[in-house]
Amino acid sequence: MLEHYLSLFIKAVFIENLALAFFLGMCTFLAVSKRVKTASGLGVAVIVVMAITIPVNNLIYNNVLRDGALAWAGYPDVDLSFLGLICYIGVIAAMVQILEMTLDRFFPPLYNSLGIFLPLITVNCAILGGSLFMVERDYNLAESAVFGLGSGVGFALAIMGLAGIREKLRYSDVPEGLRGLGITFITTGLMSLGFLAFSGIQL
Amino acid sequence: MSKVTKTLFDPLFNNNPIALQILGICSALAVTTQLQAALVMCAAVIVVMVVSSLSVSLIREHMPSSIRIIIQMTIIASMVVITDQVLQAYVYDVAKDMRVYIGLIITNCIIMGRTEGYAMQNGPVMSAIDGFGNALGYSIVLLFVGFFRELFGSGTLLGYTVMPLTRDGGWYASNGMALLSPSAFFLIGFFIWAIRVWKPEQVEEEN
Repeated sequence: MLEHYLSLFIKAVFIENLALAFFLGMCTFLAVSKRVKTASGLGVAVIVVMAITIPVNNLIYNNVLRDGALAWAGYPDVDLSFLGLICYIGVIAAMVQILEMTLDRFFPPLYNSLGIFLPLITVNCAILGGSLFMVERDYNLAESAVFGLGSGVGFALAIMGLAGIREKLRYSDVPEGLRGLGITFITTGLMSLGFLAFSGIQL
Repeated sequence: MSKVTKTLFDPLFNNNPIALQILGICSALAVTTQLQAALVMCAAVIVVMVVSSLSVSLIREHMPSSIRIIIQMTIIASMVVITDQVLQAYVYDVAKDMRVYIGLIITNCIIMGRTEGYAMQNGPVMSAIDGFGNALGYSIVLLFVGFFRELFGSGTLLGYTVMPLTRDGGWYASNGMALLSPSAFFLIGFFIWAIRVWKPEQVEEEN
């Protein structure tokens, strides 16, 4: 049993890395990876938000939206799954807001170090994508919690790696047209090639 | 250039949302292994973008600024839900291949960026044109990547064989990397390079 969750976690971190294998959260991934320090702040925020929102969305999907899920309320024929997208994005926006207020109240140092990244996370496609994958793969509550944590860690790992490479790149002589965004794309491509090496692993 | 043509064509190369504004990259890359999926994605983004820009612009004066993000998000999400249902009804196979990526149009930052950055200050007609132009700029990159990935990866275009593969008795040995994720990053990197060689004013300063 534990083995199943462990392999799910490893799979979410390395083999199915949201940023490098599914291209999710690319906008923030490229925009906030100039310095390792800011990148790690964003990484922590993503881990926290994903580990919370994916299980919450899982509960909503299984108890309210899914076909026949409203049987407990006396409506066994109702299928609300088309409302999924609006609900998930609502949950994410609300969660981010609540998290922001909680951190501000109880953990001011962490709140100050995360700063602008918390609100930015609402529009990070990796978070919404995580919820959609959870629905598609039909995870249960415990699996979705592990999957959320794993995907968050994977994203944080990828963005910190890219930030490290970009800090070193500042000393290199890049052709003019490629400077900035262009070389970042190619670097990301090479990193993604590296992560492909994990895809042969059978768990 | 008149204002309308400028709003419409500027986002194609001069101010491309993907190559210069770094917006909307997320959903751009994953659907480009086949040109057909890329075309469907472009059509979906164009529709969502034009209608959301138009609606946001129409109600911009009645929107309290404190809740404007949530309102914009709801408008965009509703449009995406409608598009998703239409696609599932009429082109089920393609929609099934694209799975979660249609839903991810909601968090496509191009749409949010344009409604927030343009539609909130401008009239409905201009906003719709601006939305259309930016969606076209997005589509150009998507089709460029999709074209090369399908051509070099499978030797086909829109499913028709262009270069017969060696495994079917043809002469072209397919490039497997083109079907994997890294090739999309490389292609966009080269696309940006090409644009910046052509328009040197976009080159970034060394930091």
